[in-house]
Amino acid sequence: MFNYFIRRLLAAVPTLLLISFVIFLVVDLAPGSPMSEIPLTVPPDVRQKMIEAMGADKPMLVRYVIWLLQFFVVETGWAIQNLTGWGVIDAITPAMQKVMRLLLNSETYEFTGQRIISWQSKVPVFQIIGERLPQTLTVVGTAYLIGVLIALPIGIYSAYRQYSWFDQGGTFFSMVGYSVPTFFTGNVLILIFAIRLGWFPTIYDTNLSVTDWASFKAFVRQMALPVTVLALFNAAEISRYTRSSVLENLGQDYVRTARAKGMGEGKVVLAHVLRNSLIPVVTIVALGVPTIFGGAIVTEQIFKINGIGAALIGAINVSDLPTVQTVTFIFAVLIVLFNLIADILYGILDPRIRYD
Amino acid sequence: MPDGAVPVLDVRDLKTVFRTRGGEVHAVNSVSFDIRPGELLGVVGESGSGKSVTMMSLIGLLPSPPAEVRGGRVLFAGTDLLRCPPEHLRSVRGHDIGFIFQDPMTSLNPVFTVGFQIMEPLRRHKGMTRAAARERARELLEMVGIPDAGRRLRDYPHQFSGGMRQRVMIAIALACDPKVLIADEPTTALDVTIQAQILELVRDLRQKLGMAIVWITHDLGVIAGIADRVIVMYGGQIVEQAPVRALFGNPQHPYTRALLKTIPHVPGARREKLSVIQGQPPILRAAPDSCAFRARCAHAFDRCARENPVRIDLGGGHDVACFWDPATGGPRHG
Repeated sequence: MFNYFIRRLLAAVPTLLLISFVIFLVVDLAPGSPMSEIPLTVPPDVRQKMIEAMGADKPMLVRYVIWLLQFFVVETGWAIQNLTGWGVIDAITPAMQKVMRLLLNSETYEFTGQRIISWQSKVPVFQIIGERLPQTLTVVGTAYLIGVLIALPIGIYSAYRQYSWFDQGGTFFSMVGYSVPTFFTGNVLILIFAIRLGWFPTIYDTNLSVTDWASFKAFVRQMALPVTVLALFNAAEISRYTRSSVLENLGQDYVRTARAKGMGEGKVVLAHVLRNSLIPVVTIVALGVPTIFGGAIVTEQIFKINGIGAALIGAINVSDLPTVQTVTFIFAVLIVLFNLIADILYGILDPRIRYD
Repeated sequence: MPDGAVPVLDVRDLKTVFRTRGGEVHAVNSVSFDIRPGELLGVVGESGSGKSVTMMSLIGLLPSPPAEVRGGRVLFAGTDLLRCPPEHLRSVRGHDIGFIFQDPMTSLNPVFTVGFQIMEPLRRHKGMTRAAARERARELLEMVGIPDAGRRLRDYPHQFSGGMRQRVMIAIALACDPKVLIADEPTTALDVTIQAQILELVRDLRQKLGMAIVWITHDLGVIAGIADRVIVMYGGQIVEQAPVRALFGNPQHPYTRALLKTIPHVPGARREKLSVIQGQPPILRAAPDSCAFRARCAHAFDRCARENPVRIDLGGGHDVACFWDPATGGPRHG
């Protein structure tokens, strides 16, 4: 199991390098200029200086290598330094300076631990991510958790009572939930519950901090609509997977054996069947974690949540390439990471895989 | 076998119907039999004759829907198992009546250790502590001939071969010292040498533990070797019942006679072609009102199409449901 884990981890490195290159290439090919937001009154020579200052005039490959170094060496170095207090940045400075001078073809470049800087806001991209991620995680994370928690019992019971009214109803709702996009359900819910009924606010206030009962209530109220939209969407998909997986296992011979042993239905379904049924479901749930960040981009726009998805859209609009590349790459890392987590969970749940 | 002993399991007029999209299928039609303590009852018939369905319905193991037990009585220890609360039925299953199924490769849960699966009925029915159940499970594995039993308890089913898994199934079925063991084609999925080992094991265990066994098979050779008494099933009915010697020595029903002819005889020169019974067993859309075997029967005559023969007692524990008499080659009288 451990060897398997290490092997998978090593295999992920070339995958991620390739992904990062493709992302860099595609984002770079996109039309638009980082100067598009700069007023036309700024003279061309000043514009040129600004572009040079951002490093945007360098060839694509050079910018890619610099970005890679910044992402894997400098940002990692800063993270370690901030966590442990070790002088990592000082330690890598001589080597980094040499490499950077070579890349930039400049004898005067001074390396002082420059991080990946957003072209738009001129602050480190990771600082933006650090500010925006908590919002996304609160809303999307809660929604996903709730989605999974309601999907599992619905899926199990639908399968156990196949073709019952409950099952038919569940099938209908998950079909609707899965086929109607979140930007539609989101707007419908806002229209009904926020505008007509006025029960919930239409937008999400990022500055709200929970200090007392009243602010907690406000927090729950502003969470309600976006969480409902995302949770329903996730629950629809996961409950379908759970249902079909449980259904498949209910017909297995070992279920008959468990009943022949005199085990109660609760034990048969929740221990014998569920443990087997969860194997594919866990994979779906784990693989769904990174995709919810992508899916949340739309929901964040609708509910005006100042999360990572909103940051990404904002960066795309002004051709803030470092931010777009970095955030997109982090999504890619999450996908690869959760693939790995899914595999490990798979091994934990299924002894046949564990021992291979 | 003491004749006239009180049966441990007494089945009367059992009827089971499957409700399908294409209408009802009458899988078990008024089946009556009993089994006495310590007896080994063989149940034979080709695939689709209702052997397994009969045994599964008497203990409520058929999925309902589509299966529906329509009538009859299954007396076990003074209780009718068809009319008792489900909780009582569960306390009988795996405790007083043990099951072994056909395919050991799929009958064990792949994600639980073998030890856990043997301990489950012990903890459920005997209320044993984990430690006591583990010790008993180790004994059981040893009893069914699995070497290094203590260590093997922690292994998963996929780490056992087919024959070893069937031994594990037997250990589970026997865990609570059942009074009746129902073995549903337990050797069919195994290769021949393993089959012989499992047969030998069951014969030994029966002598040691003294439970009654219902052995379902389509292999008459197996039955000849181990059964005390045999019932032959066709079309969801018992067509003949006899002590094993009488069945092989003096088969009465044309179906039984045809089945016996299909057994290959190896010794000596090849005298005749291996015989087959032409055609398929019927799928009964309604309760039979004529002989179910008549379409495939060489001796059928007009009466067979008019009424369904009932079982006639021939004496000596032998009965048959047929209008034809092999002794005279004509209609049976009396």
